[in-house]
Amino acid sequence: MAEESYPDGLRYHAEHDWARVEDAEATFGITWYAQDALGEVVFYEPPDVGSEVSKGQAYAEVESVKAVSDVYAPLSGEIVAVNEGVGERPELINEDPYGEGWLVRIKLSDPAESDELMDAAAYRKLLEDS
Amino acid sequence: MATASLKRTPLYDAHLAAGARLVPFAGWEMPVQYEGLGPEHLAVRTSCGVFDVSHMGEVETSGREAEALLQRLLSNDVSKLEVGGAQYSVLCQDDGGILDDLFTYRLADDRYLTVTNAANHGRDYEWFAAHAGDFDADVRDAIDDYAMLAVQGPKARAIVARVAEGELPPRMHTARLPLAGAEALVCGTGYTGEDGVELLLGPRDAASAWEALIASGATPAGLGARDTLRLEVCFHLYGNDMDEHRNPIEAGLGWCCREETGFIGSEAVAAAREGGTEQQLAPFMLTGPGIPRPGNVVVADGRDVGAVTSGTMSPSLKRGIGMAYVPVELAEPGAEVEIDVRGKRRPARIESKPLYRKES
Repeated sequence: MAEESYPDGLRYHAEHDWARVEDAEATFGITWYAQDALGEVVFYEPPDVGSEVSKGQAYAEVESVKAVSDVYAPLSGEIVAVNEGVGERPELINEDPYGEGWLVRIKLSDPAESDELMDAAAYRKLLEDS
Repeated sequence: MATASLKRTPLYDAHLAAGARLVPFAGWEMPVQYEGLGPEHLAVRTSCGVFDVSHMGEVETSGREAEALLQRLLSNDVSKLEVGGAQYSVLCQDDGGILDDLFTYRLADDRYLTVTNAANHGRDYEWFAAHAGDFDADVRDAIDDYAMLAVQGPKARAIVARVAEGELPPRMHTARLPLAGAEALVCGTGYTGEDGVELLLGPRDAASAWEALIASGATPAGLGARDTLRLEVCFHLYGNDMDEHRNPIEAGLGWCCREETGFIGSEAVAAAREGGTEQQLAPFMLTGPGIPRPGNVVVADGRDVGAVTSGTMSPSLKRGIGMAYVPVELAEPGAEVEIDVRGKRRPARIESKPLYRKES
């Protein structure tokens, strides 16, 4: 498993999802805290390329042996790429949640939404206070 | 449930020190995992794991008619249980509904120890006590007398032998042995499909036994791995795979019922065995992706025909596995069904027990 970290430069949603925003596109994944709470991820089925996601809505599920957890979209848009590698090796979500464990890439419908997300410092504070 | 109301085993501090994730389970604060469910499961399949199962309850039955009382309560033939032996049975109500599944150890001619499931312990004890009046026998709630460790895996016996003095009992037998500076009832039983023993010992002796077993090579394993291990070999979990609305025949536990002994519920069990049941508990495996979960609907020919009672991703088989009540005509190895996993129909095949077989 990876060491606990919340990289600067990512935007965070309170449901423990991150977005790496690059111009009009963004990559999504789940945070270190989310994968740790879930335990070893043993199943993930990527959503379909071309489907729409909405900020705050579930777009996929990750499963550990014990539990199922919804994955929420931190921003809205259309899925332009999915990480098939994670479908084959779901443990990548535990091993490298901000790198090889990315889940989907999105063409953003409203890039301004990212201003509503937390930066790393605010997300760390949320975890400390919860 | 408020954490303050949860009971803790004598190993609570040891669990915290080992980095356990603790969860509420049947009124107890229990370790669900330490390093991770996968590695702990694998340790038990390939080497040795040690589980704290001190939440399990104990009831001691003694006296001149202890055997007769247990023969009335337990589904198996208690007269076949010798001193130093172990026997599995179910506890039934009059209509055959299952109240619990139990291991009973015969400690002496007139003394037996029965291990209960944590969630059922109070009810079991009341049931034993309520029927004891008809016999010259005493029933005692012994839950505070014992901590319980399960040491399981192909290397479990070798590891226990390093900390115990004397010869370990064979499967389905018990021995009272010095162990890590105290005395333990060593039982050749388990819930993982692996060889190994279960240790009943005084609560104050539990921590030193736990430390000695880990120092000798046992891996701490949590309730998460205990559940995946037992499901791979199709051992029942009370409350999931059977309850008071299911009789032992439909639950696939007819093998531990001897109706001729006249136990409570024996007439209903005999009728179910003779007349058959509508449903049968059957193991299954998904043929593709997905993880079945308890409560998922079983679909055959487009119709809802049953429900999943236990389901998980098998760490050994890397497939979704489970058990479900299905119509008897479908409860045949090879029958094809679908499991509705949160709206997605996942193809599955009914399998024979156990789902996981050790490579020889």
